Amino acid sequence: MSIDRQSHLKRLEDESIHIMREVAAEFHNPVMLYSIGKDSSVMLHLAMKAFYPSKPPFPLMHVDTTWKFREMIAFRDETARRLGLELITWTNAEGKAAGVNPFDHGSSYYTHVMKTEALKQALTHYGFDAAFGGARRDEEKSRAKERVFSFRTETHAWDPKNQRPELWRLYNARIHKGESIRVFPLSNWTELDIWQYILAEEIPIVPLYFAAKRPVVERDGMLIMKDDDRLVLKDGETVQERLVRFRTLGCYPLTGALESDAATLPEIVREMLIARTSERSGRLIDHDESASMEKKKREGYF
Amino acid sequence: MAELAIAEKAEAFVDYLAAQERKGLLRFLTCGSVDDGKSTLIGRLLYDTKLIFEDQLAALERDSRRHGTTGEDIDLALLVDGLEAEREQGITIDVAYRFFTTDKRKFIVADTPGHEQYTRNMATGASTADVAVLLVDARHGVAVQTRRHAFIASLLGIRHAVLAVNKIDLVDFDQDRFEEIRADFECFAEGLKFDTLVSIPLSARYGHNVLGRSDSMPWYEGPTLVEHLETVQIEDRVGDQPFRMPVQWVNRPDLNFRGFSGTIASGAVHVGDSVASAVSGRTSTVARIVTMDGDLPEAGAGDAVTLTLADEIDVSRGDLLAAADARPDVADQFSAHLVWMSDVPLFPGRPYLIKIGAKSITASVTEIKHKIDVNSFEQLAAKELHLNEIGVVNVSLSAPVAFDPYERNRDTGAFIIIDRQTNATVGAGMIDFALRRATNIHWQALDVDKASRSALKGQKPAILWFTGLSGAGKSTVANLVEKRLHAMGRHTYVLDGDNVRHGLNRDLGFTDADRVENIRRVAEAAKLFVDAGLIVLVSFISPFRAERRMARDLVGADEFLEVFVDTPIDVCRTRDPKGLYAKADAGQIKNFTGVDSAYETPEHAEIRLDTVAATPEQMADEVIAELRTRGLIEV
Repeated sequence: MSIDRQSHLKRLEDESIHIMREVAAEFHNPVMLYSIGKDSSVMLHLAMKAFYPSKPPFPLMHVDTTWKFREMIAFRDETARRLGLELITWTNAEGKAAGVNPFDHGSSYYTHVMKTEALKQALTHYGFDAAFGGARRDEEKSRAKERVFSFRTETHAWDPKNQRPELWRLYNARIHKGESIRVFPLSNWTELDIWQYILAEEIPIVPLYFAAKRPVVERDGMLIMKDDDRLVLKDGETVQERLVRFRTLGCYPLTGALESDAATLPEIVREMLIARTSERSGRLIDHDESASMEKKKREGYF
Repeated sequence: MAELAIAEKAEAFVDYLAAQERKGLLRFLTCGSVDDGKSTLIGRLLYDTKLIFEDQLAALERDSRRHGTTGEDIDLALLVDGLEAEREQGITIDVAYRFFTTDKRKFIVADTPGHEQYTRNMATGASTADVAVLLVDARHGVAVQTRRHAFIASLLGIRHAVLAVNKIDLVDFDQDRFEEIRADFECFAEGLKFDTLVSIPLSARYGHNVLGRSDSMPWYEGPTLVEHLETVQIEDRVGDQPFRMPVQWVNRPDLNFRGFSGTIASGAVHVGDSVASAVSGRTSTVARIVTMDGDLPEAGAGDAVTLTLADEIDVSRGDLLAAADARPDVADQFSAHLVWMSDVPLFPGRPYLIKIGAKSITASVTEIKHKIDVNSFEQLAAKELHLNEIGVVNVSLSAPVAFDPYERNRDTGAFIIIDRQTNATVGAGMIDFALRRATNIHWQALDVDKASRSALKGQKPAILWFTGLSGAGKSTVANLVEKRLHAMGRHTYVLDGDNVRHGLNRDLGFTDADRVENIRRVAEAAKLFVDAGLIVLVSFISPFRAERRMARDLVGADEFLEVFVDTPIDVCRTRDPKGLYAKADAGQIKNFTGVDSAYETPEHAEIRLDTVAATPEQMADEVIAELRTRGLIEV
C-alpha cells in the first residue's frame, strides 16, 4: 500500500523532500536530529526517499538523556543498522556526572541540562550548520509561527521577532560562520497526517505506540511506566500491569501512558480521531509554565 | 458473529481512512485590518471543525481571563496568537500557519497580520496561498487596509478572493449594509486579477455562516465560508504550463548513476520527452523518472522526483530543465515587481544576492521605474524603496538565468533578495518580463587588451581604493602616492570624490541612494581605467561596505587594494580642513558621514593607515612598499 498520488499526503511528502534536498545542496555539514518517535520515523523515511538511490548525505544524531525507554534505544540502533546510516549519539557528560535526573531535579531543569544544553554541546562539537528536526506547526502555538528554515545565532538562540520572511519554496540558507539553521521539513504535517502516512507507507515505529500490558505507576495524575529500577516507588505507590500505550515518546519518567486497547495502526488512528486530550499533554515538561515552549525555543530547544 | 462485526468495523474504518487520504489540499490566507477579527475567525474554524481538544480548551479558558478582550466569553483569537509579545499587545505580528480538515478537504491557513508595518508578512502568507479571505468589519466597511491586502493578494498571484463581511451581528444582520459593502468592494476589485470573488456575511465570534448556516440571515442564499472553501475550484494553473524543473541536487550514488533531483514546477514529464537545460541550451531525452517507490512513466507539477537523461550533458544545481519545444526566457536583465522587506532601504546599484529556483546569483536593481502607493495605486517616482513598499524595477544579474513571467509560473518567476552582509531576506520579487537589451549590447571584443596595454607601460594595473571619514587624510596620502609612482615612471590616475562630483556625478546629492550611485559610477570608471592599464587611486569616503565590495568585485582579485585611512572622528573634527564638520554639527549639512550618516569600518582592508601614529610621507611609503610586495610595481 502506498499513498494516492493526488492526495494531500503526497503534496506534504513532496514539500518535505524539496526542503531536505535544499539543505543537502546548500549546507556544508547538516545533521538529522533523530528522536526515535513517530515523527522522526516519518522524517527519516522521507529522507530515504529524497535522496534515493543515494543514501541521505548526512548522519543521524540522537541526544541521549540516558532516560529513554529501553525499547526506544533498541529500535534506534536497529533502524540505523537496517538503513545503513551513520548514527551519532550524544549525552551531556557533565550533566550525567552530576547525576542530573528527572526525579531529583525537576523536569524543567533536567530537560534544560540533558536535552537543550546537550543538543547545543553536540551541535557545537560537530560544527553542524544545519539540523533537521521533526517538529510540526500543529503541535503548539509558538511552533505555528516558526519558519521552515529557522535561523539560530552563534549561541543557538532563536529570536521570534527577527525571523526571515519565507516566501514560495525559496528558502534562504545563507549564514555566517558559527551560525546555524534548524530545519523543520514536517512543518505542515498534522498528527493525523503523520499516522495516515505511517499506515500507508508501512513505516516501522517503536512498539511502545501500540497497546500492551506494561508495568505502570500512577504518579501526579499520570501513568508512568517502570522501565527500569531507577524509578523508585514512593509511599503508597504500586506497580500495576495495565493495558497501555504511548501517544508520544520521550524520557520514560516524564512520559505518561494512556490506557488503551489500540494494538494496530488503524485502531490508533481511530482512537486519535476521537481523542479528547491533545498530544503534548502526555509530556510533563509543557505544564511547567504558560508559553514554556517559546521560552525553551529561545534558549535553543528544538 | 461479534468478531465478524468488529472486523467489518475495522475494515470500514480503513476505508474511511483511505477516503480521508484522498482529500485534496487547499492553502488560503486570511487578512484584514486590525480588529476585523482574523484570529477569531480562525479560532472559530478550528473550534467548529472539532480540532480543539479538551485540554487546549482548558488552557484557553485560563488565558482568556488574563489577556482576553471578550469579557466572560472564550476569546477564540487566543488560540492562534502564539507569541508572548502578541498576547501582550493584543495584535498578531507574525504569520501563523494553522491546520484543519473537513470531510472534503484539508486546509492550511496562513493567518497574516493587519498592521501596515507587517505587510511583508502578508506577502509571505500570500506567496503560497490559492485563496485569500479578506475580512472587513461590517460596521466600518471596506477600509484602506482591505484594499491594500486585496492588492497584495492579487499581486502575489492569488486568483480567488472571499470578502468576509464579519461582525454582521453588530449591524443587526442588515442585508442593505452587506450589499453596500459588497458593491463597494466589487467596484474596487475590478482593477485586480481575481477570477472569482464571493462575498459572505458572517460572524466569527458567534459562528454565523462560518461552518453552519445562520438563521439570522434568511436573505442570504450563498454558501457559508467553509462550504465555499470546500468547493472553490482551484484550476490547475501550473499543470497546463510547459515542463519546468529547477535542479536542486545532482544525485550521484556511484559512477553508474547520475540523476537530477528537483520538484517539478509546472507541466508534466514523460520518459522519452526531449528536455533542455535552459541556460546552456543543451538538450537530451528523459531516460528514467526515479523514485524510491519505483520508476514512473510520467510525473507532474508538484512531484519531487529524480530524472536521468539519455546523454551526458552538463547540468548542475541551479539549472532549469525545461521542455525542449517550449523553453523559458533566458536573460541577464528583467523587469519585476518588488516588495521590500527590510528596514534598510533598497538602493539601485547596490549588489545583492538573489535566489530564483535553485539558483543564487549576484544582482542589482539598475532602476526603480516607480513605486506603487498601495492605497491609491498611484505610481510615484522613487530613488529608493523602503520597508513594505512595492516598486516596479529593472534587475541586472551577473550572468543570464532562466525564468518565466510570474503571471504564468509562480515557481520559476519568483525570487527573493538576500543582503550579502547580513544574509537577511530583504525583498521578494515577481518577474514581469525579460529585458532584451542584454542580447543587443554585446561586449565589444578588442584586439588590444588590458594585458597588452599594461605590458607597454611595464606595470600591472590596479585600483587603490582609499576609504575613510571626511578629513581623514585620504586625498593627502593618495596625492603623495601618485607623486611617487609618477616619479618612478608609472602610469596613474586619481579619482577624487570632490572632483568627480563636479562633473560625472554632478547630478547626485548625499542621500544614501545617491551615495550608492556615486560609488557605482566611480567604481565603473575605475574599472575602465584599469582596463586601460593604469594604476588608479580612488579617494572616496565610500561609507558602505556593500559598495566597496561591489567595486572590488568589478576587477580581478589581485587588482583591488582597499586602503583604510583610519582616523578617529574626533581627530577629523579637529582638523576639519574644509570646515564641513562645523557646518554639519550646526545642522547646515544633512547626511554627513560620521555625524548623521553611518560609516561602516572596513573589515578586511589590505592596508590600514593609522594617521595619528604616522606622517603622510611615512604612510605613502607604506603603500608603495605594499605595492612592491604584491608585485604590482617592480622592485
